[in-house]
Amino acid sequence: MTISVAMTVNGKPASGKVEARTLLVQFLREHLGMTGTHVGCDTSQCGACVVHVDGKSIKSCTILAVQAEGSNVLTIEGLAESADKLHPMQEAFRENHALQCGFCTPGMVMSAIDMVKRHDYQLDEPTVRRELEGNLCRCTGYHNIVKAILAAAPAMKAAGV
Amino acid sequence: MYDFAYHRPKSIADAVNLLKSKPEARPMSGGMTLIPTLKQRLAKPSDVVDLGGLKELAGIKIEGNNVVIGAMTRHADVATSADVKRVIPALAGLASHIGDPQVRNRGTIGGSIANNDPAADYPAAVVALNATVTTNSGKHTADSFFKGLFETALADGELITSVSFPKADKAAYMKFPNPASRYAMVGVFVAKTGNNVRVAVTGAGPCVFRVKEMEDALARSFTSDAIKDIKIPADALNSDIHGSAEYRAHLVTVMARRAVDAANK
Repeated sequence: MTISVAMTVNGKPASGKVEARTLLVQFLREHLGMTGTHVGCDTSQCGACVVHVDGKSIKSCTILAVQAEGSNVLTIEGLAESADKLHPMQEAFRENHALQCGFCTPGMVMSAIDMVKRHDYQLDEPTVRRELEGNLCRCTGYHNIVKAILAAAPAMKAAGV
Repeated sequence: MYDFAYHRPKSIADAVNLLKSKPEARPMSGGMTLIPTLKQRLAKPSDVVDLGGLKELAGIKIEGNNVVIGAMTRHADVATSADVKRVIPALAGLASHIGDPQVRNRGTIGGSIANNDPAADYPAAVVALNATVTTNSGKHTADSFFKGLFETALADGELITSVSFPKADKAAYMKFPNPASRYAMVGVFVAKTGNNVRVAVTGAGPCVFRVKEMEDALARSFTSDAIKDIKIPADALNSDIHGSAEYRAHLVTVMARRAVDAANK
């Protein structure tokens, strides 16, 4: 079954023809060529595919593209203001060396931004660790990821994002 | 994933008509179980009826002594609802520990209950709080709703519209989560209303069940000591790579005692 879908991705209209079974992450990667969102486990456990749909973090491997019809989707590609001005969360990940191989990073960053906003920019270490339960880092590099998120929370507040 | 025809009805009546006219159709609420099932080709529905367009099914209301939760209400919304936290904090707490934040943003109470996964959390709350499950065609009591492994009293094409939870005097849910999936290895929900105590166990067996012996003991004395010597037979319990039936039987008493202590706090 072929279906036309249209949604907003990173502030711009995006549309295409998909099968009913096409996942949102496949639509982003294979139809739109936006490969920043990764597929890790494909079983909704690892969180490498996390994007925001209408402001909420979700696993894009476990939602059909057609379910996102009319939605506002934000991916890792939509965060940085410009090529030389990263989002405060991305900047914090760089400053704190919060990645080793980098495969989980797009999902970590998207989950982290959602987490900071839901907690009104006020986070402590146990909260960050608990909130990351849906994101796995195969390199086990959690320590610096937690540090980065704690550093990014006030930076995001100061930047008003 | 096998391909299927996709529908996004605008009304409950349209959804029910679609499900009744296509015998191999499946309803989808949050999709947190159905989509992984489809990916593994464990199901091959001809049609998927997406309930995501039925906005009237989402939302939380207080009606008298009851918290009424629409079937399409996401776990994250139950977990953070000021009304649920005030009236039945144990229910908000349960919702806040389902899966992970991203799963809680999609998964729904109606989907969880209709699926009746043996390790799902919500069935324990429905049974222990003696909730009423309302559908497009009638009402089910908690004790008559859950029939067995992935089996409920829902007829083909019958859709849950809401679940009504009566307020309890004291209630708590304690779960021993599988560390990878966060599903309940064993979860025990204890609720006390007047002299009536209900103890519901999920994760341990093929389907949520009550423990009458614990309920009677707790009705006499609502303390964790009252049930410390009550052992659950392991015979009918689940055994898998995560834990044996004997281990789960042991955990039932441990988690029940913790739940009673939490309810008394």
